[in-house]
Amino acid sequence: MGLLSDPNRRRALTKLLTRLNAPICVMCYLAGVAWFMGLAFEPFTLRTYMSENAMGSTMVEERFPAGERALATGREFAAHKKKVGGMPVDWLVKTMQSRGLEVFTQSFTRKLPFPDENKERYMVRGTNVYGILRAPRAPRTEALVLSAPCSEGNNNNQAVGLLLGLAQYFRSQIHWAKDIIFLVNEHDLIGMQAWLEGYHHTNTTGGDWSPLQGRGGSIQAALSLELSSDVITSLDLVLEGLNGQLPNLDLANLFYAFCQKIGVLCTIQGKLQRNDWDTTSGYSHAAQTMMLMVLKQASGRPWGDHGLFLRYHIEAASIRGINSFRQYKTDTTTIGRLLEGMYRKLNNLLERLHQSYFFYLMPSLSRFVSIGYYMPAFGLLAVILLLRALDLWVQLGASPPGTEDGVAGGVQVSNGPSSPGVLSILTPVVISHMTGVALYTLPILSQEMAVQHFPVSETEAVVLTAIAIYTAGLALPHNTHRLLQGEGTEEGWRVLKLVALLYLAVLLGCTALINFSLGFILALSLVPIAAFITPHTPKALSAAIMVLLSPGCTLLYCVFVFQELQETPVSLQDGWMLFLSVISQGILDHALYGSLVYPLLALLIYPCWLLLWNILFWK
Amino acid sequence: MAAPLTLLLIVAVTIRAVLFRSSLAELIPERVEVVSPLNAWKRVVEGLALLDLGVSPYAGDVFHETPLIIYFFHFVSDYAEIVFMVMTRLVGCVFLLQFRKQKYALEAERYPLDCLELIRTPKEMYYIPLKVAMFYLLNPFTILSCVAKSTCGLNNAVIALFILCTVKGSSLMSAIFLALATYQSIYPLTLFAPALLYLLQRLYIPVNWQRSSFWLFTTQYTFMYLGSLCVMVCLSFFLLSSWDFLSSVYGFILSVPDLTPNIGLFWYFFAEMFEHFRLFFICVFQINVFFYTIPLSIKLKEHPIFLIFMQIAIISIFKSYPTVGDIALYMAFLPAWNHLYRFLRNIFLVSVVLLACSTLFPVLWHLWIYAGSANSNFYYAITLLFNVAQILLVSDYFYAYLRREHHLTHGLYLKRKDGSEATLVLK
Repeated sequence: MGLLSDPNRRRALTKLLTRLNAPICVMCYLAGVAWFMGLAFEPFTLRTYMSENAMGSTMVEERFPAGERALATGREFAAHKKKVGGMPVDWLVKTMQSRGLEVFTQSFTRKLPFPDENKERYMVRGTNVYGILRAPRAPRTEALVLSAPCSEGNNNNQAVGLLLGLAQYFRSQIHWAKDIIFLVNEHDLIGMQAWLEGYHHTNTTGGDWSPLQGRGGSIQAALSLELSSDVITSLDLVLEGLNGQLPNLDLANLFYAFCQKIGVLCTIQGKLQRNDWDTTSGYSHAAQTMMLMVLKQASGRPWGDHGLFLRYHIEAASIRGINSFRQYKTDTTTIGRLLEGMYRKLNNLLERLHQSYFFYLMPSLSRFVSIGYYMPAFGLLAVILLLRALDLWVQLGASPPGTEDGVAGGVQVSNGPSSPGVLSILTPVVISHMTGVALYTLPILSQEMAVQHFPVSETEAVVLTAIAIYTAGLALPHNTHRLLQGEGTEEGWRVLKLVALLYLAVLLGCTALINFSLGFILALSLVPIAAFITPHTPKALSAAIMVLLSPGCTLLYCVFVFQELQETPVSLQDGWMLFLSVISQGILDHALYGSLVYPLLALLIYPCWLLLWNILFWK
Repeated sequence: MAAPLTLLLIVAVTIRAVLFRSSLAELIPERVEVVSPLNAWKRVVEGLALLDLGVSPYAGDVFHETPLIIYFFHFVSDYAEIVFMVMTRLVGCVFLLQFRKQKYALEAERYPLDCLELIRTPKEMYYIPLKVAMFYLLNPFTILSCVAKSTCGLNNAVIALFILCTVKGSSLMSAIFLALATYQSIYPLTLFAPALLYLLQRLYIPVNWQRSSFWLFTTQYTFMYLGSLCVMVCLSFFLLSSWDFLSSVYGFILSVPDLTPNIGLFWYFFAEMFEHFRLFFICVFQINVFFYTIPLSIKLKEHPIFLIFMQIAIISIFKSYPTVGDIALYMAFLPAWNHLYRFLRNIFLVSVVLLACSTLFPVLWHLWIYAGSANSNFYYAITLLFNVAQILLVSDYFYAYLRREHHLTHGLYLKRKDGSEATLVLK
């Protein structure tokens, strides 16, 4: 409190902060980036460990024997799938019933707002089939889910086969204390969404599905299995769910522990872990793994069928079998044993997984960075905004500690911060947000008109309209100025910038709390322009920098970086096409599953960037 | 003055009407920041239903309003939306009226000459009532509270009427409204001291223990206050013919059995506490509200209106079930003290923290309750920060007020004995 009440010390502090503002900001930015890059360095990370008691001390035996038979079932499933030309509902119902499960189906239809060109679907109609293995040893108040998607073509047949094989094997065991639900969902996430909404009696995105006839208890954990070959070289764990939500770290620990025990190669982001952390290549490998996780999390989309479970407070992950050219292969029996072991341990849970971390980044499967370690990286970036805001406040003369603690500086106070007129500040703010609303609503609303007048498909129409509105927004500063009269005071832009800085700081802070990766990437590109933009910088150069660091361009870079990190670099042309499809996917994710990234960018981040753009062209 | 006021009222009504019709109208009443167990509309509806069935509304531990309120809503429940709009409007207008009556610095000749810039010109004074009304009516906190149909708006209206009557100098009405406010939520009890001081000041009765006129008026005012309080309590008893409401309303306020998270300081602390320390700490926490009355009354006995502001702020920070509507009430006073603006030291810091906290509440609530990834500690940390910011805000205004008084008597530009410029340090 001494610092807050003693005018002399306050004056010294503010003087220091205002005089050294620029160097401190640059330092903070560099430190933030360095801190973030340091997170992948092994000595700075923690080794994963099992926190949950119920899963730690109890040992289980895995005896699943019937891998070959599961593969045969998978082949049978594939034959029926081919015959029906979709989900072989009747065959599945019959097979599940013969394995002693209570079987139910759920049908759903969904009309996408515009055709999805990646997966070639528009009007979606499908059926989910699920069987419930009732717990013999306990009241049926809790449940576990094992799901496998019924995909197009020849994919995932082995997963369904293994699921049915496990169902048969689990049925003969007596130690289940939780219901186990075996779910085969059609049309991947759309089917999953319909099933989850039916299970929980919610309807958040206006889908149309028939109600569920049978239910187990409240779902504690779920695994989604993707397996497309008879033998695999490694298993990949996918954690990133809707809006960047992650399951409890103990689920990843459980998977890792069983992979170690049974001797299966396991990866995360498709990358094996290496032991040579002290070499450059070892560090860069870890950094790449972490960056991939950050980019995936920032995208806010579910990266596997498990992604929608997380919304219902259910810990879930996808396990994906990968078959590469490596010599060492794992057969289906081993994968079955691994899953059996995981379910046996999950069966032992006394309460929901909650002991371990929910906020983490993983530079490898056995290492993690928790929220306390990665938040400072973001904090260092966010503090720049606050420092600049403080500097502006002092410059505005409203906070007089720079002078005589309230006395000498008080002369202009009567025309203090609100003096440039509320109107001249409000106009750009309102106009920017209107542009944001247009960017959010118009692409989908105007697709028909665009298709009629231009030779494009619906999807292209939506994406191109979005880009057109985004670009049109850049012309706004000139137009807002025409609306204002008596504008252009030196104080005016300072106040506007103060508002924009605080707005951006609060916005990024909230984003980073919900989805650290998204907040950090946005901060990385927006903080420099927010900090140093003024009307007095050279116009052409600053405008170019601002456009290059705008949210849309950030997205473009992310697409290229992501491809680069996945070791599938793309040419400029392909990258651009990919960028367009990413935009359409973002809009679809919002419409179908309620992903928040598109509305966040369109309604809040983009208007905020427009405010900064406005300041640059302040006359 | 009338034209801007009409415009303001139209804008305020439009905002609320739009929100009442939008999808947010279902979401807002569920927010713990906006409604508390004491004033949630859902609970009033439950109480009304019980009353209609002929059961005591206090059976079932859901309803915690006073009997007069329930009978009030019994008659107007169909028009609840309108009632809440009118109540908010009323508060706005009342604020408008009361500050018109205030003349601060008329005794300018008493002060040294260089203080003239500290004294408000009539022109500045002219817009203050309008600004106060605007601050209340357009405050997002008030809007949220009104859309949630929180009965907090009613309590605010009663307190505003009390202040109006006090400022107008009508001691009977002032006592009645103060009693009504106390009857509603106990805590306004602490406003007794400032009201008495103000009325004494108005009648030119010095606060002097030896003077009989002082004692006479104090007794008179106390009697009016206690009498109307007694009437209200007895009326409640005769309406329901049981004393249930005493434990259900006042017991509920004082012993804090409902630990639903809110923006106050109680819930987390008492959720973590061992049962046998509970009584002691409840006393400690509740004393906070009442304790500051004595020192503040002594320090600010010449400035009862400012004392009322301080008291309302302290109540809204330390009460057991605070909501944003309570905060809106004392924030409406801030424009009235805009002559203190130049002496405020932490206003930037405080407003940034308040702003950030207000947006972080829903975010952390989402992370805790829906996503399940954060926990109650995250939410309580923000609650603490929010309250610290409020306390800083209030103490900053207090300091600024004292500082202005100091400058009014000692001159604006202080000189040390050796002639150099002096600075004031608060230690």
